[in-house]
Amino acid sequence: MFNRRDFLKAAGATGFSAGVVTLGGCASGSSKAKGHVVVVGGGYGGATAAKYLRMWSNGSVDVTLIERNTEFTSCPISNLVIAGEKTLADITVSYEGLRKWGVRVIHDDVVGIDAAKRSIRLAKQGELSYDRAVLSPGIEFLWDQVPGLKTAEAQAKILHAWKAGPQTVALRKQLESMKDGGVYALCVPKAPYRCPPGPYERASMIAHYFKAHKPKSKVLILDANPDVTSKKGLFVKAWSELYKGMVEYRPNSELRDVDAASRTAILEFDKVKADVLNVVPPHRAGNVVTQSGAKLANNRWAEVDWLSLESVNAKGIHILGDSTLSAPLMPKSGFMANQHGKVAAAAILNLLAGEAPSPEPMMSNTCYSFVDAKHVIHVASVHKYDAEKKTMVTVPGSGGVSAERSALEASFAVGWAKNIWADMLT
Amino acid sequence: MKRLITAASTAVLVLAASPAAAEDANLARNLVANCANCHGTNGKAVPNAGMATLAGQPKEGLVQRMNEFRSGARPATVMHQIAKGYSDAQIDLIAGYLAAQK
Repeated sequence: MFNRRDFLKAAGATGFSAGVVTLGGCASGSSKAKGHVVVVGGGYGGATAAKYLRMWSNGSVDVTLIERNTEFTSCPISNLVIAGEKTLADITVSYEGLRKWGVRVIHDDVVGIDAAKRSIRLAKQGELSYDRAVLSPGIEFLWDQVPGLKTAEAQAKILHAWKAGPQTVALRKQLESMKDGGVYALCVPKAPYRCPPGPYERASMIAHYFKAHKPKSKVLILDANPDVTSKKGLFVKAWSELYKGMVEYRPNSELRDVDAASRTAILEFDKVKADVLNVVPPHRAGNVVTQSGAKLANNRWAEVDWLSLESVNAKGIHILGDSTLSAPLMPKSGFMANQHGKVAAAAILNLLAGEAPSPEPMMSNTCYSFVDAKHVIHVASVHKYDAEKKTMVTVPGSGGVSAERSALEASFAVGWAKNIWADMLT
Repeated sequence: MKRLITAASTAVLVLAASPAAAEDANLARNLVANCANCHGTNGKAVPNAGMATLAGQPKEGLVQRMNEFRSGARPATVMHQIAKGYSDAQIDLIAGYLAAQK
């Protein structure tokens, strides 16, 4: 059992104290907050929540982050690694910056959470008690919906690369080994899924690679959705102007199964054999969320109170990012998860100080997509809390997409990545 | 009588103050966290990453820039769309908090 006293002991033993780093932010308000917050998942949502809890409390709240991987690897920008424009090292960031904020970072797996006992069980390192828990585990794939991909062997051959890391590099290798004149097919699940423009960016960037290195090859998008889900006009324009005859888009092409041995996507009325088959299976909230007892919509996404990101039923458990049942027009994006992390951190500090969360949270989002190595398009939105609807809604008149693809936005996309990684991790 | 008036005016003050008490004491800080994804934590952008540092900029200049984004007077790729998501009062708070950052 790892409790608050153990936390302090462990923290002291590693030389941790609030004085180790200069804690920014203002000293008023949140520093009344006391307690131990355990954050599960060190991605865009969880890492941000962990840092902001420490920063905004001036170190008065103890924070433990449980993360399976020893380094953060970004999904945004990973399509550039797949296209050979960046390396995995370019999208990997250390957790040392969070340790400097006084976050205790533990690399382990969560095997169970007991909301009534306020306790989290780890695979190797025992049990942790918490005053509030933040669950930001990302997504879990619904392999049942693609039976042919249930085995580890099939999953090693037919990649998703929808969680950045080894799969990103493996998909790159498959594309490099593919013969010129081959077909790369990408199966896109029905919305809602992680990163709405992501599949179309990936198709564009792989076409960019083919155009320069394997010009007889083809990119085939098998989309379960009735149309391009995000930035449609801009993507379709890029495909026709930059990759004419190379990118083919097929709507309403829901995947029923896969024959991994022959790299065949089995659709309702068709079978499509590819040289590189890339399947993004439908997904749901991460396991720690679905096992926590938090109320789920469609058995998939956690319903949260948008004032605090707290589960509507599992008290003391705040759920962030892709695992949430998204508010209307809110994408499952890293940017959005970062914003969830901040609203949750502010609310938790109020709650730990015996105060109500802010009644007027705001969030913004900008998703940049590369259509080739030097040109980028965006979609942006601003979200505010609607007290009557009890959800986040977009602010009328705000948001929109790029007027056209541009090199200027490519520089902003890279600048955005560097800044958001620093915002969450340093 | 004077005492009664004092008591009455105190009651008025309390009434006037109570809606504010229900609001967010950290609103400026929390709103600025919306900007941090691109412009850095508390407006301190990562050096040489091509994003404007907003921390320590004069408040009037920040308000004016946001207003120009909203009116379209200042050309932008995305800020004209983001700026329209925030009210005058919110922009005032954001600019004040950023200007006070050292």
